[in-house]
Amino acid sequence: MELDCKCPTGPIETRWERHRFNLKLVNPANKRKHTIIVVGSGLAGGAAAATLGELGYNVKCFCFQDSPRRAHSIAAQGGINAAKNYQNDGDSVFRLFYDTVKGGDFRARESNVYRLAQVSLNIIDQCVAQGVPFAREYSGYLDNRSFGGAQVSRTFYARGQTGQQLLLGAYQALEKQIGRGQVQMFPRTEMLDLIVLDGKARGIVTRNLITGQVESHVADAVVLGTGGYANVYYLSTNAKGSNATAIWRAHKRGALFANPCFTQIHPTCIPVSGEYQSKLTLMSESLRNDGRVWVPLEKGDKRPPNQIPDGERDYFLERKYPSFGNLVPRDVASRNAKQVCDEGRGVGETGLAVYLDFRDSIQRLGKPVIKERYGNLFDMYQRITGEDPYQAPMRIFPAIHYTMGGLWVDYNLMSTIPGLYVIGEANFSDHGANRLGASALMQGLGDGYFVLPNTINDYIATSKLESIGVTHPAVREVESQVACVTKRLLEIKGTRSVDSCHRELGKLMWDYCGMSRNAEGLKYALSKIPEMRDRFWHDVKVLGTGDELNQALEKAGRVADFFELSELICLDALERNESCGGHFREEYQTPEGEAARHDDLYSYAAAWEFRGVGNPPVLHKEPLIFEYVHPTQRSYK
Amino acid sequence: MRIVLHIWRQRNAGEKGRMVRYEVPNVSQHMSFLEMLDVLNEELMAKDEDPVAFDHDCREGICGMCGCMVNGVAHGPLPGTTLCQLHMRQFKDGDELYLEPWRARAFPVVKDLVVDRSSFDRIVAAGGFISAATGSAPDGNAVLVPKDNAERSMDAAACIGCGACVAMCPNASASLFTAAKIAHLGLLPQGQPERDQRAEAMVAQAKQEMFGSCTNIGECEAVCPKEIKLSVIALMNRHFLRAKWAGRAGLPDG
Repeated sequence: MELDCKCPTGPIETRWERHRFNLKLVNPANKRKHTIIVVGSGLAGGAAAATLGELGYNVKCFCFQDSPRRAHSIAAQGGINAAKNYQNDGDSVFRLFYDTVKGGDFRARESNVYRLAQVSLNIIDQCVAQGVPFAREYSGYLDNRSFGGAQVSRTFYARGQTGQQLLLGAYQALEKQIGRGQVQMFPRTEMLDLIVLDGKARGIVTRNLITGQVESHVADAVVLGTGGYANVYYLSTNAKGSNATAIWRAHKRGALFANPCFTQIHPTCIPVSGEYQSKLTLMSESLRNDGRVWVPLEKGDKRPPNQIPDGERDYFLERKYPSFGNLVPRDVASRNAKQVCDEGRGVGETGLAVYLDFRDSIQRLGKPVIKERYGNLFDMYQRITGEDPYQAPMRIFPAIHYTMGGLWVDYNLMSTIPGLYVIGEANFSDHGANRLGASALMQGLGDGYFVLPNTINDYIATSKLESIGVTHPAVREVESQVACVTKRLLEIKGTRSVDSCHRELGKLMWDYCGMSRNAEGLKYALSKIPEMRDRFWHDVKVLGTGDELNQALEKAGRVADFFELSELICLDALERNESCGGHFREEYQTPEGEAARHDDLYSYAAAWEFRGVGNPPVLHKEPLIFEYVHPTQRSYK
Repeated sequence: MRIVLHIWRQRNAGEKGRMVRYEVPNVSQHMSFLEMLDVLNEELMAKDEDPVAFDHDCREGICGMCGCMVNGVAHGPLPGTTLCQLHMRQFKDGDELYLEPWRARAFPVVKDLVVDRSSFDRIVAAGGFISAATGSAPDGNAVLVPKDNAERSMDAAACIGCGACVAMCPNASASLFTAAKIAHLGLLPQGQPERDQRAEAMVAQAKQEMFGSCTNIGECEAVCPKEIKLSVIALMNRHFLRAKWAGRAGLPDG
């Protein structure tokens, strides 16, 4: 299979402009004759559904939560990047593009990233117009802050709830379209399969989570904005319901899955406290603006942090990376935290934590300023740990947080199945091997508001689609396959709960395909996963029936998919014999312990083709060409 | 520690529910409330009993999906905290806790502690937005927003739509929820053109959904996990009255 990324050529500054002009349009009066399905209602899905509705398409939008406003985008704290250069500190579209390509460790497509930097300007304007209450200066102008991986202040924020406010903006725009009847909303409805007819995506099969009814919906195109797959690891900062089912089942229907091993570990999460732990809580990376990361110089120093004098502390990020200090990118910060913990200098009961200390900032700026900037995060920390971060440093540890990999898409955000578009975290496109802070919100909204609504017209305008109904035999066939899987899960009646199976898989993945990986460990994981998957399918216990609200059944279906996806993640990690971004292979590091890329061999996106469960998938490579940002060894020293 | 739970069990919207007593031995003080329920559910499933259905998602107090009454208080005893952020260190060994779903005519029970809050979405759909079609916006700094307005708007915008305000209100009023959205948008210059229409439409929709009226009791403010202030309701009433006034022919806009 030849992967055609459909990237325009010529000067990068005008690629998107020229590409848009070349795309076919759909007459406004004809738009209402077309139906588009949007799965997911987060920043990407919600923005796309609202915008497609505004354009006049008939939209059907689906989410598994009880309301589109609950999508996990809501939990993003820190902010959203945009190359506005309001601070006059040297920012530009080109610099945001440059930072993102470099931050992604040269594993992203230049054309896509440049476009993202361009639309970042429109996103802020759009959100302000919708009533997103961004932080302001006393003069009434928009405020900015700096964020990891950048030396300019280009991050817009709404206290520590930026994701919430941006999502509410998209949600309100979506609700307006729902009120107009332009978008039909299906909450508490989960996509369980993709309907592909004559090689084109024509609809989805869903399960109503309240009644259990399995239904089909047909359309002219399907858009997946269903987020990432960090929950493969069981303990992650994702919401409990976040899952990979939509993208995985689309993958099984023919959509290639790209760079699954590019997973991101977030450096500032609250450490694990016990076996019952159900998820990890992230503390915004913006905390690193004013907090200093340290561990004791000596191994096994058990003194309370405030009794350790400065001379006996190791501010290891400031020491190793003097120019970026505590603001090094996420992968670098996480790996260094792991390293000092591996050396036995970790703190807290488990020794798996480092300090994030605000003492100096509180002295310099005063408690009210720190409270204004991070008040809600400090409160959150105190509620969870019972400790007061104004008095003693926070304890933090990295946790899996975001997945750069996802379904492969071309420049139009279309997957390898014609008519199937993938947006936001669900696709693989813009972040390469590592995402910079405050860029997920930018990509989700960029895709949803500005990119997809432009590119999808071209497909609608140029495709000749047979009119089909839900009674079409091909549709019925997919429906019966879905019902069959549900029935099978209910009939196992084994001894183990879904959560216990999932926890076991998560631990294996964290241990062997987490913050750092090696061939031996990955091979071990690859030998264990099929065993675990087999055990799951023989011994999982799902009570109740399929005709009611059955939360264990919902989870079982998602975990079944994680058992397949995890194998692909490990295989991709094993195949990529280099370190880059979030993918750190212990065999490939510089003498200073930094990630060593092998551009000559691995400067490509690895797109995997499904060939049946347990069968080796086929690797397709999309070469990455760098015309504007010359690949260098990333240095934040 | 050992915790005794009395939980509302109801198979579905059609059947009658009842309180059922459970015991959870070995509760760690570091567990969150929902993790304690996870442990209970694991134990129930091991005994082939139907686990307790409860809504939850982000477990970090922002998605607004979780929540139930704990001893008659929405989201439990800790102020400014959602159920998922409540930790067991707030309780002591042997405590008996009564867990019930939100109770309001506009929030029918779906199963156990799960309720249907789609009425909230319909209130927003009626007018809880600023119409700014994608692509139509001027530069973000074209319209200045006084910092104080932005801050007050953000205070109101912090609402997570959990429904605790309704559950705690003796009138099952959605006034705090509705007013928070009206205040969020109405305090910004961008929200002015649709201000009157928004207040009228949202209030009318809340009424149609069979939420009660506000009688200034203030239980909503006391349990709001985002500590939204009752003053937003005063602002809503002002916008609503002004809208009604302005809508009457021949009378000046007040």
